[in-house]
Amino acid sequence: MPDRGGPAQPMLIAAGLRKHFPIPGGGAVRAVDGVSFSVAKGETLGVVGESGCGKSTLARLLLHLVRPDAGELVFDGEAVGAPRGITLKELRRQAQMVFQDSASSLNPRMPARDSVAFGPRVLGRGPAQAAAEADEALRRVGLDPMQFGPRYPHELSGGQKQRVNIARALALQPRLVILDEAVSALDKSVEAQVLSLLARLKRELGLTYVFISHDLAVVRHVSDRVLVMYLGSVAESGPADDVFARPLHPYTRVLLASRLSMDPDRRVEQAPIVGDPPSPANPPSGCRFRTRCPHAEPVCADRVPSPGSWDGHQAACHMVHPGSGHSAAALAA
Amino acid sequence: MARTILWRLLYALPIAFGVSLVCFMLVYIAPGDPLQTVLPPDANAEMIEIVKRAYGFDKPLPVQFAQWLWRAAHGDFGLSVATRRPVSLEVGGALANTMVLAVFAVPLSFAVGAGLGTLAGCAPPGRLGRTLDRLVTGTAVMGVSVPNYWLGLVLVIVFAVELSWLPASGMGMGGSDGFSVLRWADLHYLVLPVVTLALVPVGIIARSTRAAVLEVRGQDFVTTLRAKGLTELAVVRHVLKNAAPGMLAVMGLQFGYLMGGSILVEPVFAWPGSGTLLGRAIVNRDVPVLQGAILSLALIFVATNLAVDLLQAAMDPRVRRA
Amino acid sequence: MNSQTLALPAAAPVRLPPRPGYWGMVGGRLRRDPVTVVFCLLMLAIVLAAVFAPLISPFDPYKESIIFRLKPFGYRGHPLGTDELGRDILARILYGGRSALLMGVGPVVFAGLVGGSLGVLAGYAGGWVGTLVMRTMDVFYAFPSVLLAVAISGAMGGGMLNGMIALALVFIPAVCRVAETATTQVRGLDFVEAARATGAGHLMIVRHHLLGNVLAPVLVYASSLVSVSILLASGLSFLGLGVRPPVPDWGLMLSTLRQAIYVQPWVCAVPGAAIFVTSMCFNLVSDGLRSAMDVRLR
Repeated sequence: MPDRGGPAQPMLIAAGLRKHFPIPGGGAVRAVDGVSFSVAKGETLGVVGESGCGKSTLARLLLHLVRPDAGELVFDGEAVGAPRGITLKELRRQAQMVFQDSASSLNPRMPARDSVAFGPRVLGRGPAQAAAEADEALRRVGLDPMQFGPRYPHELSGGQKQRVNIARALALQPRLVILDEAVSALDKSVEAQVLSLLARLKRELGLTYVFISHDLAVVRHVSDRVLVMYLGSVAESGPADDVFARPLHPYTRVLLASRLSMDPDRRVEQAPIVGDPPSPANPPSGCRFRTRCPHAEPVCADRVPSPGSWDGHQAACHMVHPGSGHSAAALAA
Repeated sequence: MARTILWRLLYALPIAFGVSLVCFMLVYIAPGDPLQTVLPPDANAEMIEIVKRAYGFDKPLPVQFAQWLWRAAHGDFGLSVATRRPVSLEVGGALANTMVLAVFAVPLSFAVGAGLGTLAGCAPPGRLGRTLDRLVTGTAVMGVSVPNYWLGLVLVIVFAVELSWLPASGMGMGGSDGFSVLRWADLHYLVLPVVTLALVPVGIIARSTRAAVLEVRGQDFVTTLRAKGLTELAVVRHVLKNAAPGMLAVMGLQFGYLMGGSILVEPVFAWPGSGTLLGRAIVNRDVPVLQGAILSLALIFVATNLAVDLLQAAMDPRVRRA
Repeated sequence: MNSQTLALPAAAPVRLPPRPGYWGMVGGRLRRDPVTVVFCLLMLAIVLAAVFAPLISPFDPYKESIIFRLKPFGYRGHPLGTDELGRDILARILYGGRSALLMGVGPVVFAGLVGGSLGVLAGYAGGWVGTLVMRTMDVFYAFPSVLLAVAISGAMGGGMLNGMIALALVFIPAVCRVAETATTQVRGLDFVEAARATGAGHLMIVRHHLLGNVLAPVLVYASSLVSVSILLASGLSFLGLGVRPPVPDWGLMLSTLRQAIYVQPWVCAVPGAAIFVTSMCFNLVSDGLRSAMDVRLR
């Protein structure tokens, strides 16, 4: 696939993506509410957050599997769906998605080879050519096509199914792969194997990843940059090492503090976060985290903190923006 | 709760409207001129004029439907082609006789079916349990496979022809008008049709009851009840209370079956209900009577389903949210 | 094109024994279910008897005889006796299987195609299309099935074809509901979303990913309708709708023989037994199919 925009052009730019799901009987779940970011070519962007924060909806928005209510997508310099931009069909060829290994990630009535070959068939390949491409993709993910090609999903282990899922995405020779909780359901040992497979594929095929997970350790391990989501919006973003070493947003700090430690001397002394997240149908005014934030002040309820620019290390918190009116803001400056 | 009822009522209204529309259309899917379809064959000019005006055949279809609906809502379904009596009178009398059957058959069927099902569901595993299990499954399969009118015929052959214990058909000496459920002699005529109608759904009711009981019995709270030291009988009472809403839904469906089933069963016993009326209407090609009888039966069915749903909502808090 | 497509697999692939697919497993499970096997064979016998009725029937089913009317079982070579016109009942039972099977299977196949397509359409399209289709179906569903069949064929005026149309109209809403439910469930699954992510069109997704998964529940449901259809069809004939005399039909035979219960009571019951047995066969085979197809694929 040609590299149209050149190496400096980000692979994907998302600007102000929004998706509200109407609730029968009034109101809407604000699953994704104004999310902006960019992914550079060849990098891995990690997206973390609690379950229900809108990660999966975001993943689906990136491929227009769910139509966004507002916002723009620019794929390698071309606006998605715009008159002179990239078509949806072309986007879905160049960007692919790997779903979580669940009971339904593969068609139960289809052998693995047919599942993988479906993509090439959609591109208009003949049955034999599509099957050959599927075999090639299976081989790439470390599955012998002779042995595993004819197997039905119920004859595969979790790790094997996930490899088939990856092969299905690769069969279209994408440049961008969105991994939605792609290793979350796997055993730890299998997870490690699949992660190293993903790393190898990225190197060999020059892929760009958007890696979505609730597992901080995994995200830290694979990501170049991370995006922390809370209740449908971005709380913090920046280079992975930076964010994990010096978290700016109180929510990120809470997330990091709640990790299990292998060191018995560093046990979590107290619950770092209290209560469940508020309903995304009715998020708090101003800063969405303020209801659970230990540093909340009146200004947090009044104004929505700016998420800052897309580059560098940024946080949507009044405490890091000088002049925001928060008592801690002065200290940050 | 009030919202659930309101929603359910709002849902039933368009259904009732649609059912009426289908019944209205019956005259138009009948072959030939709709006017001839609803007119007695020897009608005079004056009568033709009356019928024409009542149906409004010269007006567009929606107007005809509105006119027909308006008349139907006031109980006017036109005249029977065969008897020239108002359809409402014919249908009214027949429905009353069908109801007599239903009033006896429904409780009988439910009592026997639910009893058998509870027994099978609560029986200890082992010989007795397995036997009851097979009995329930067997009656259910036979129930859905047997032509109910043939079952009636066989019962007539055994109990009326061979044994002469019961009368084969009719409603007794006085006929439909003189019939009284309080008179011992008249009750004899009720036995065979009621048993025929009741027998068919017994197996299905038993099977669903058994399934409902088994499901509830498998839940954690039953174990808790036992652990608390309740007697087995008390546990069964709790189980039945929790299985009741599910059983109710099945019974609602079976009531519908009984209404429909009477169409085929009544002619066997010459029981002058809606089924026999329909049979006669078919033979005489009496479309107005067909229309009136079908609409009344269907609306009763819709109303029953509505009642069952509401009752279920009242009994089971989980249903209310749906 | 990058390097991925350049490396094709080895020219001569090793042939492995074919794995049993879904249908292979269903077949295997069916064969291990004795009740289903027995009733399947009985069903087959009934079908064969109806198809080859001219070859095995001892008499012409239309041949009347004034002398030999309403004779008992075994009378002068009539194993099941004769009817009110002196016709051989066994011959009429054999031939009657034809209309019973035709009216049992025909409307179900038709309703399966139409109702199934409508259900898949309603389930896949969703939105107002789905609502419109399903609410229309609800109206027809609001009638007890016998009532609707009698209403439609009663208004259209009897005959085998009208009876079959009426029965098909009775079954379409039911099949449609099953297909819609199954489609709605499958549509929301990840593999359908993955198929959409490949940029596939709706037709391709429906054909490759939906139909295969919707087919099983629709097939199971439709198979259970065959016995219902046989019962309803014979019921229509019994009421004077459906098959017209003198064509041999079980329901019709019951309705005419009914007049003679005081003369030959048990001879009159024979056609009903044929309906009962046939309907039970289809019922049990359908039950067996249902449990055999309930393969947990996960």
